[in-house]
Amino acid sequence: MSETMTIAPEQKAATGNSNKMLFAMVGIGLMCALLIVLTYEGTKPIIAKNKAAALEQAIFKVLPGTMTTAGYYWDGNAFSPLKGTEAEGQRVYAGFSESGTLTGFALPAVGLGYAGEIRVLYGYDPAQEALVGFYVLESKETPGLGDKIEKDPAFLANFEALSVAVGTDGNSLKNEITYAKSGEKQNAWEVDGITGATISSKAVTEALSTSTAEWVPRLYEAKERFKPQTQSHE
Amino acid sequence: MNKHTDKSGFFAALEDSSSADTFLRGLWKDNPVFVQVLGMCPVLAVTNTSMNALAMGLATAFVLLMSNVLVSSLRHFIPKQVRIASYILIIATFVTITDYAIMAISVELHKSLGAFISLIVVNCLILSRAEAFASKNTVGQSMLDALGMGVGFTFALLCLGVVREVLGSGSIFGFGLFPDGFQNWIVMILPAGGFFTLAIWLLLFNILKQKRATT
Repeated sequence: MSETMTIAPEQKAATGNSNKMLFAMVGIGLMCALLIVLTYEGTKPIIAKNKAAALEQAIFKVLPGTMTTAGYYWDGNAFSPLKGTEAEGQRVYAGFSESGTLTGFALPAVGLGYAGEIRVLYGYDPAQEALVGFYVLESKETPGLGDKIEKDPAFLANFEALSVAVGTDGNSLKNEITYAKSGEKQNAWEVDGITGATISSKAVTEALSTSTAEWVPRLYEAKERFKPQTQSHE
Repeated sequence: MNKHTDKSGFFAALEDSSSADTFLRGLWKDNPVFVQVLGMCPVLAVTNTSMNALAMGLATAFVLLMSNVLVSSLRHFIPKQVRIASYILIIATFVTITDYAIMAISVELHKSLGAFISLIVVNCLILSRAEAFASKNTVGQSMLDALGMGVGFTFALLCLGVVREVLGSGSIFGFGLFPDGFQNWIVMILPAGGFFTLAIWLLLFNILKQKRATT
């Protein structure tokens, strides 16, 4: 009896206290959630616009002479205009000059570098049957070493005219893109590597090799069907 | 009502000499990096360029200021047992907000800061100011404290970032400094360079402090 007498008020105090704790945590949680939702909604259109602008800038960089771009996707049999919900791996961007002629296609490719994925965008010109531009969209390569794939002028010169001619059967490349040690490039389809960034430059080469082998024959065959869209892409 | 009196306290606090001390303490005497040696992860990792250092410093200062203000204004409302969880919740909220804001300002900048923005949540500098200062002082005082510590942190990050960028990339805020032929010290923008630079700054700071104490 005396025991219950002493415990009872303590228990009452404890429940009061935990109610207060619960109230404080839930209150702070709700307030924080509200703040995050407001910021998310407020910044969402700006972020989407920035990302689209960054991608468009990248397309202009890899396809010289491009004035307008149009997105397409490959549904397994044919190319259709992009609706915006397709997976990135199926997307391709066509570029057109001021007069409306096709300047080429910009395609994303992914390779595994020294520090995670390297995402690049490259430009393919079916008229020259060659890669004409290259840009690193995202990489975590070591600053000063691996990130030379973004800056090294000798390495970037590889992608001014890298041969990706389609073979006689129309389904594969005459010569797939291969890697050559720095300074040992002999053929038009070889990528001259970077000393001190072997893993990163090899990863880029492999990403391009895999992607071009799949996409270039497909795009080369369908190149006549790409026409600029009536309204300019923004 | 309570907030109102705190705010007028903030302006009154500005004229008070002990408040000026609260602000200056973070800059020099208790500098978060050079004296307290707090938050070493961003100090070493994102100071490879001056721009990254400045952005990281400002982001941290913003989170510190907002969380200090909120923690201080809620200090009578948060029960002692759940205070750390509450502080982390508040800090994490402002970090998420900063993350979105940086993404909206520049995709490039967000790319170069990478995962380190989210890691501001666990920067011990911010939690330590919430626990040691904001939970015991008025909103005005806490704002001053956060501003002092934030500016001190940004200053320290810039000290490292400028040295590492000049030596490692031969530029400052992206503008080239040296004529062609300058061989960049690549080690300075690698993690090892961060340790070297920090060690040299700590050494300088301590020599200065000792000289002041003896004279």
